[in-house]
Amino acid sequence: MIESVCYLLLGMGAAFCAYRAMISNHLLPSTLYLACVSALASITLYMLGAQEVAVIELSVGAGLVTVLLVYAISVVGEDNLDPSSIIPKPLAFVLVSTIAILAASMVYPLLTSVNGAEQVPLAQVLWKERALDVWVQVALIFSGVMGVLGLLSEKEQKNRSHEEVIPSVELEKEVHV
Amino acid sequence: MTLDPLNAVLIGVILLLAVGFYGLLITRNLIKIVLVLQILVKAVVIALVLAGKASGQPGLGQSIAATVIVADTIVAVVALALAVQVRIRFGTLDLSKISSLRG
Repeated sequence: MIESVCYLLLGMGAAFCAYRAMISNHLLPSTLYLACVSALASITLYMLGAQEVAVIELSVGAGLVTVLLVYAISVVGEDNLDPSSIIPKPLAFVLVSTIAILAASMVYPLLTSVNGAEQVPLAQVLWKERALDVWVQVALIFSGVMGVLGLLSEKEQKNRSHEEVIPSVELEKEVHV
Repeated sequence: MTLDPLNAVLIGVILLLAVGFYGLLITRNLIKIVLVLQILVKAVVIALVLAGKASGQPGLGQSIAATVIVADTIVAVVALALAVQVRIRFGTLDLSKISSLRG
């Protein structure tokens, strides 16, 4: 019973932090609330017995993504956030509530029957049965790094080409004189 | 009335998913959309581990959850880089101002 209460409190805390992150008018507090969601999700994962995934989630979700978001916010600055939503908020609330109730009603019967099959360790599953996933992860990481390098280096190339243009213009002026 | 631990986790997952979907519907800022996607993926990661535990294959659920975390991080990185470029070129992060589609 205590375990259930802990899970419930963690879930509700994560949902509250997620809601605060969503409705906040500034991006920096939203990022910090997202880090809180990630930390609470990591605790939930740890309690569920997925220690490795919890560590990955905490280091990547609460660490790397938060740093990246803060960097992006420092580059773009604070915009005037969300003057009005795309669709009316009451309609969005009704739609989301309906989806949540339907999802809960579909998943709830599946969780009541827990069978005790043979438990295979994560390392064996990851490196032997799901080896292709590991290669996909490696390819994803490389493609992500390349994509970011390409996108962020475009500004430098533009500046360099601008610097190259300026001397030629000055030369033309000298010729005219 | 007793509450099963797995059902308690399920309630948290559903709440997180609901908040994420609601945010995705009402948000127009590009960086905030990335943030909301992160919330959704966190709910999905917990749901995957929960499903693995409920089906008696925790290793499988955890390995897929790790793959999802990596893929989601790459999506966030590229989306943030795109958002920075959009802000530099268009001067705004508002989706309705950026979009050139009318109708």
